Amino acid sequence: MAVMTYREALNQALREELRRDERVFVIGEEVGLYDGAYKVTQGLLKEFGAKRIVDTPIAESGFTGVGIGAAMVGLRPVVEMMTFNFALVALDQIVNAAAKLSYMSGGQFNVPIVIRGPGGPAHQLAAQHSQSMEVYFYHVPGLKVVRPSTPADAKGLLKSAIRDDNPVVFIESETLYGIKGEVPDDPDFTIPLGQAVVRREGRDVTVIAYTGMLYRALEAAEALEKEGISVEIVDPRTLRPMDVPTIIGSVRKTHRVVVAEAGAGFAGMGSEISAFITEQAFDDLDAPVERVTGANAPMPYAKNLERAKTPSKEKIMAAVRRVCYANGS
Amino acid sequence: MAVTRVVMPKLSEAMESGKVIKWIKKEGDRVQGGDVLAEIETDKADVEMEAFGSGVLRKILVPAGERAEVGGLIAVIADANEDVSSVVGGAPARAAGAPPAPSPGEAGAPSRADERAPAAPKMPQREEFVTRTAPPPEAAVAPAEAPAPAVPSVDGERVKASPLARKIAAQAGVDLRLIQGSGPGGRVIRRDVEAAATGAARPALEAVPAPPAPARPAAPAAVAAAPAVEYEDVALSSMRAMIARRMPLSKAPVPHFYVTTEVAMDRAWELREQLNAMEGSPKISVNDFVIRACAIALLQHPNVNASFQGETVRVWHRAHIGIAVALDEGLITPVLRDAHAKSLGRIAVEARDLAERARARKLRAQEMSGATFSVSNLGMFGVTEFSAIINPPEGAILAVGAVRRIPVADEAGQLSVGRRMAMTLSCDHRVMDGAMGARFLADVKRLLEEPLRLVV
Amino acid sequence: MAKTLNHQDVAPVIEPALARKLLSQMMLIRRFEEKAAEAYALGKIGGFLHLSIGEEAVAAGAISVLRPDDYAISTYREHGHCLAKGSDPKRVMAELYGRRDGLSKGKGGSMHLFDKTHGFLGGHAIVGAHLPLAAGVGFAIKYRGEDRVIVCFFGDGAVPQGEFHEALNIASLWKLPVIFICENNRYAMGTALERALAETEIYKLGRSYRMPCEPVDGMDVLAVRDVVARAVERARADGTPSLLEARTYRFRGHSMRDPAAAVYRTKEEVERERLRDPIVLFRARALESGALTESDVADLEKSVNDTVDEAVAFADGSPEPPEEWLLTDIYKKD
Repeated sequence: MAVMTYREALNQALREELRRDERVFVIGEEVGLYDGAYKVTQGLLKEFGAKRIVDTPIAESGFTGVGIGAAMVGLRPVVEMMTFNFALVALDQIVNAAAKLSYMSGGQFNVPIVIRGPGGPAHQLAAQHSQSMEVYFYHVPGLKVVRPSTPADAKGLLKSAIRDDNPVVFIESETLYGIKGEVPDDPDFTIPLGQAVVRREGRDVTVIAYTGMLYRALEAAEALEKEGISVEIVDPRTLRPMDVPTIIGSVRKTHRVVVAEAGAGFAGMGSEISAFITEQAFDDLDAPVERVTGANAPMPYAKNLERAKTPSKEKIMAAVRRVCYANGS
Repeated sequence: MAVTRVVMPKLSEAMESGKVIKWIKKEGDRVQGGDVLAEIETDKADVEMEAFGSGVLRKILVPAGERAEVGGLIAVIADANEDVSSVVGGAPARAAGAPPAPSPGEAGAPSRADERAPAAPKMPQREEFVTRTAPPPEAAVAPAEAPAPAVPSVDGERVKASPLARKIAAQAGVDLRLIQGSGPGGRVIRRDVEAAATGAARPALEAVPAPPAPARPAAPAAVAAAPAVEYEDVALSSMRAMIARRMPLSKAPVPHFYVTTEVAMDRAWELREQLNAMEGSPKISVNDFVIRACAIALLQHPNVNASFQGETVRVWHRAHIGIAVALDEGLITPVLRDAHAKSLGRIAVEARDLAERARARKLRAQEMSGATFSVSNLGMFGVTEFSAIINPPEGAILAVGAVRRIPVADEAGQLSVGRRMAMTLSCDHRVMDGAMGARFLADVKRLLEEPLRLVV
Repeated sequence: MAKTLNHQDVAPVIEPALARKLLSQMMLIRRFEEKAAEAYALGKIGGFLHLSIGEEAVAAGAISVLRPDDYAISTYREHGHCLAKGSDPKRVMAELYGRRDGLSKGKGGSMHLFDKTHGFLGGHAIVGAHLPLAAGVGFAIKYRGEDRVIVCFFGDGAVPQGEFHEALNIASLWKLPVIFICENNRYAMGTALERALAETEIYKLGRSYRMPCEPVDGMDVLAVRDVVARAVERARADGTPSLLEARTYRFRGHSMRDPAAAVYRTKEEVERERLRDPIVLFRARALESGALTESDVADLEKSVNDTVDEAVAFADGSPEPPEEWLLTDIYKKD
C-alpha cells in the first residue's frame, strides 16, 4: 500500500488504464501541455503523447460530442471537464446522446465514456464555479454517477468507470484533491460501481454522506461518541446505481437516518434516499429521516456566507441528536 | 437504591399536560409504592397519582397549582442520602408559558426547594376591562388550564408512534395506547415500547419543547364588579377546551347519518316501578334500561359496535358503553365496561357510581376511555328528541329523549294515553349503512317494548 | 470559385448499372416515404414523421460513393440516408411502426434509426448535436489509422447552432475525415434561410474553418455524387474534412403535421420546385442517354413497389415489443 493524494490516485488510475487499453484516451481542456488545470493529468502527455492525451479548444459540447462519437465506434474516451460546472454546456450531449444511444438504438450501440472532473463546493469560487453537480446527472437513466471520497476510492472507482461499457459521470471533489490515504498498488485493483461502503460502524444512527460531507460526518460522529451516540456512516460512492441494500441494511440496524449533502436540499440526493428508505424500511424507522443539506441558495463568494451555505459538523450533530431523541438539540 | 423519577402521568389518550392540584406528600415524607403522592387535574377529571417507587420524596419540582407536560419530571423519590442533583438538575417540566405562582407577599416565584407547599395563587387584580386575551406579565394569574396546543392531529384518537415502535409493540403484544411517548409531540418511540415491554420505569421526556400554553384571561370574578360591560370572554375550562377541540374532529371527518325511532315505554315504565319498589334493590333509571338494551343489541349487531380504522373496521365483541354525564362545565363520558355481561341491577349501580364520581371529578383514567358505543340521555332536561355527535373512534351514539305521556291511537283507532320516548342513533357512515343502524335501533326498541327480555 | 451547379461537368455517358442503382435508390426512398405517410394517416405510425420527398438525390448520390465500411450519421429526417446506406426496408418500416423487428426494436422510431451492421450511426433529433458525434467518429478513424470516412447529413437549420461551428472547427483543426453535407432545403421548419442566417451561402462558412467547401445542386444526383466523391477522396487521403452544401427542396411539410404549403412558403413556390423533381430529372436523363429503357424503368418501379409493399406487410405483421423490453438496453451489461 502506498500513501498518496487523491489527485495522485486519479493520475495513477488514468496512467494504468492508458497503459492497459490502447482504446483509452484522455480529452479535454488543458489536459496535455498544461498538465491539467488541477494536475490530475500531470505527466500523461509525456508518457502517452498527443494522440492519446488530447488538448481541446474551449468547446465543451463539441469535445464531449467527439468523445461520444468515438465511443460509439469502440474507443474508450475519458473526457475531462476542467470543472464540472462546465459540463452543463455539454448537458445535451451527456443526457440526450451518451445516456440514450444504447436505448434508442435497441442496444446496437453503447457509449463507454467517462466524463470526469472536479465538482462540489470549492473555496470562494462563487456561484458558477462552486456547486454540487451530481443532481443534474443522477436523474438520467442510462448514466452512472460516481462521487469518490478517498484516494483509494478515487483510483479504484475511476478504473472501474473506464472499464465500464456505459457512460459514467465521475465527479471528483475539488476540496479533496490534496487529502492523503493508502491506495493499493495492484494495477488490477478496482472498486465495482454501485457498491456503498460502511465507513464507520455504529449502533444508534446511520449517517449517509459522501465526499466533503463524509469528513464532516466523521468529525460529527467522533464528537457524538462522547455524548454516547454511536454513529454508523455509509458512503454510497456510486449515486447511480445506488447500493440500496447496503443502506437499507444499515437502517434496519440503527433505525434512524440522517443524510448529509452539500447541494441544495430541494429534490436532492437526500430526498431520493429518504424516499426509498421510507418505501423499503418504513417499519424499521424510529424517527423520520432527516436531511442536512446545503442552503437553497447559489454559492456566495463571501467567506462567512460560503461557510453558512454548506452544512457544518454542528448541523449534522444536531440532526443526529434529533433523530436519536437526545438532549441538547 | 434507585432514584425514581416522578413524571406527569398520561391519564387519558388525549391528555397533553396536567395540573398538580395538591401534593398529598410533602418533601421529606417517606413514600411507599402505591401511596397517593398528589392530586392531578387532567382534561377530564381530578385523579390521584400513585407513587411507583419507594423512598423519600426528595424534591417537588412542580408545585401545586402549576402544570406540567405529560412525561415531564415533577418530583423525585430516592433514599434520604442519595444524590439526586443530577436528576433534579435537568430542566423542570413545567409547562412553558405558565409562570410559577408567587407566594403572597413575594415578588418572585417561590423556591422550588421550599419546604412548604406553595401557597395558592394570588387573586388577580381587578381589571378595568374584562375582555382581553392575555394577562399582563406582572399580573399573577392562575396557571393556564388549556392543554398545550401540541402538533395538531387530524385524528384525535390516533396514537403517534414511530413505525419501528409500532412493529415492536405488535410483536411484543404491547398496547401502544397505554404507553406514554417520549418523542416529539408525545411520539411513542422504540425505547418507550421496550421500557413498557420489560416493565421498566418510563423514561422522562427529553428536551422536547412544548408550545407555550396560553395563560388564562382575567377571572370571571371581575364580571360582577363591572356589570356595565356588554359582553365578556370567559376562559375555556380544560374540559370545554377539550370538547371544543375534539368535537370538530368528530363532526367534520366522520360522516354522520341519523336514524330515529319512537319507543312505547309503557311496559318498561311499569317494570321499572315494580323493580324499584322491591326492597333492597338498586334504583333503576330509564337510562339503565336503555344501556342494557343497547348492550344486548350491540352483541347482535357487531357492525354497530365497531370503529373505523382507516384500512379496516374494528368490530368489538364486547360492549363498553360510554354514558354521557352532563357537568356544569361540560360533558364527560365514563365507560361502563362489559355492559353486555351485566345485569340491569349491576348496570344501575355502576352507572350511578360512575356518574357521581364524574361529577366529583374522581374518575380514574381508565374509566374515561375505551368505550365502543355511547348513550346520551337528555330526558331529564325535558328534551324530546335530539341527535348527538359521535365520539371517535366509536362508530355510533344513541341520543335518548324524555319519556312523555302523549295521546296514542291503538289499531282500532281508540285513543289512550301512552308513554313514548324518542331515540336517535348517530352512525359513522364509513362503518355502517342506514339499514344496519335501523335494524339495530329496531332491536333496541323491541327490547325496551318487551322489557322482560332485559331482566332475563 | 468552387464547382458549379451545372451538370455539364458530369460525364455525359451514364453507366447503365449506376443509372439503375441511383434511380432505384431514389424511387425506393420516395415510395417508402409515400407509404409511410399513408401508414401515418392510418394511425399505424405515431409521433413525428419527417419526410424527405424531394431530397432523395442527396442521400442516394452521396452514399453511392461510400464503401460499405464507411459511416453515415444523420438527423431526424433520415429514412432516405438509412435506406441508401443499405438497411433492410422491412426493418426500417417496422421501426417506424414501433414493432419488435424494427432496427431499434421499436424503441427509437422514425427519428432514431440506427443500423450498426451498415455503419448507419443514427437519426439524431436535437438539431446540430450529431455534428460533434460525426467529428468523434472521424477522430476514432484517425486514431486507429484507418482510411474510412464518415458522411454527416444535417439541414440548414443546424447551421446557426454552436455545435455546427464547434464540430467544423475541431474537424478542420485535427484533420478528421468527416464530410459535412448540409441539405439546404431553405427552411428550418418554418424559418426561411434568410431569416436565420447572416451568411445564406452556407458552404462559404467552411472557409472560416479553412475547410474545402462547395455548393451543389441537390436535385441532381450525379452532381451530388461527383462533389461527394471528391470530398471522400480528400478525406481518405489525409483526413481532410469538407463542407458541402446540397441545395435541395422538400416537397412535403416539415412533418406530417405541417401541410406542404403552409404560411411560410407559397403554393406556387412548391409547384415551381416540383418541376426540379430529382427522380423525374434523372429518369429523363437516363432514358435520354440510353442508359435505361422505358421497360427497365417500369421493371425498377415494379420492383421498388414490391419491396415497399413487402416492408409494409412485414411491419404490419411484426408484433409489438414485449413489455419487459421497456427496461432493457438502458445499460450494456458487462
